[in-house]
Amino acid sequence: MNAPAYNFAYLDEQTKRMIRRAILKAIAIPGYQVPFASREMPMPYGWGTGGVQVTAAILGPQDVLKVIDQGSDDTTNAISIRKFFAKTAGVATTTATAEATVIQTRHRIPERALNENQVLVYQVPIPEPLRFLEPRETETRRMHALAEYGLMHVKLYEDIARFGHIATAYAYPVRVNARYVMDPSPTPKFDNPKMDNCPALQLFGAGREKRIYAIPPYTQVVSLDFEDHPFEPYRFNAPCALCGAENSYLDEIVTDDKGGRMFVCSDTDYCEGRQAAGHYGSLSAAPYREKAGSHG
Amino acid sequence: MTTIAELPPGFADKVLSAQSTFRSVMDAMARPGSVQRIVPMAGAPDTMMRGTAAIALTLFDHDTPLWLDARMAESADVTKWLKFHTGAPVVQDSSVASFALVGDGGALPSFESFALGTGEYPDRSTTVIVQIDSFTSGRGFELRGPGIDGVATLKASIKPFDLFERLQINEALFPRGIDVVLVADDAVVAIPRTTRVVSKGS
Repeated sequence: MNAPAYNFAYLDEQTKRMIRRAILKAIAIPGYQVPFASREMPMPYGWGTGGVQVTAAILGPQDVLKVIDQGSDDTTNAISIRKFFAKTAGVATTTATAEATVIQTRHRIPERALNENQVLVYQVPIPEPLRFLEPRETETRRMHALAEYGLMHVKLYEDIARFGHIATAYAYPVRVNARYVMDPSPTPKFDNPKMDNCPALQLFGAGREKRIYAIPPYTQVVSLDFEDHPFEPYRFNAPCALCGAENSYLDEIVTDDKGGRMFVCSDTDYCEGRQAAGHYGSLSAAPYREKAGSHG
Repeated sequence: MTTIAELPPGFADKVLSAQSTFRSVMDAMARPGSVQRIVPMAGAPDTMMRGTAAIALTLFDHDTPLWLDARMAESADVTKWLKFHTGAPVVQDSSVASFALVGDGGALPSFESFALGTGEYPDRSTTVIVQIDSFTSGRGFELRGPGIDGVATLKASIKPFDLFERLQINEALFPRGIDVVLVADDAVVAIPRTTRVVSKGS
């Protein structure tokens, strides 16, 4: 079933060994960014080259792969990567979170709780949480070595001084296992609490920046905050217009040029699952149109 | 004198066997104390267990300096087999080794003689693979740490008897430290540097 020109899951075996060794060290040192010899992949940087390499190194023929981009199974990035592994590894793919054993994600964590048999692989653009505060790699590395994270708290404090609250809405820094400060990749901070004590293994791959890091299952992940300004996950105060969910992360979709907009679940599988189960929102398509219409 | 033709074989299917073995080791590392089985089997030379051989074929190559304890090193079969199948350079200085293979745990040298990583690069440390007798008999241990939902219990007859006491150096060294992989036949248990172990005795 392999495309004959490629090894199983595209990468050659020596590359896989190198990545696998990096993954093992990443798991052993939660939140620490392990350098690895990232390869060129048949897709541009920024399209998930790091996540793809991690997925390629762990994927086996018995795995079921799900790929999401901002929660959606149906966007170009997600479809391309799913097809890439269907072609180079012959693995089964799915859009259902519950059926997947490996989930590669760009910037969301599925709404449905993950289980022990799943691995979540994040695509990461900038793995270093301190990079925009300190551009030198030699310095940020030393800061991690000394657990010198005061600068990050100053940054969050400056948010409070300027805006009255911590205005960081995505890539919200976390502290893993009470040691390393880690960038959770540009997930909305709404998703941060899902990383804490998660039953699934979480792996992070940054292709351009050549780093792999990990959060083992059941590991403490704390979003940085202050006693008088505690961390608060942010969410639009509206139900999903399609499935009526009150507790999922929402995308804002502009519907016309007169300020019209709707809010829908970012996690398409979650939203479709709820609609199939009979939940509906104010803008649901048929067969719920009549009901929605009666609400005005 | 063994010729290469007489060496035990490697994996029948290199790609998928390595993948399957890696997932077992990854699961072991992610869930310390859990016993994972290594399914695909390669020929194992002499004193090397089946699980150890599969891990060697999966993770070792020319980039990973390898340190062998006296039990492993004394067997020409083991060194030839490793050289032929993995190409990993065998080093005498354990402080530069990526992996250490320990066949006789009773003679395990102090962990301080291995690479412990640096503060900046804690990943540059030795992964010590220790062959033990069994995960079904022996003393009980309570494990806590990342990867464990509350407390994990491990039963193992391990040499050296004070392995987990010795591993307490990980507590003071963290994030530097030693990651240990225990192998008994085809079963594998990992004790990464974050795991804290309390002996339950008996």
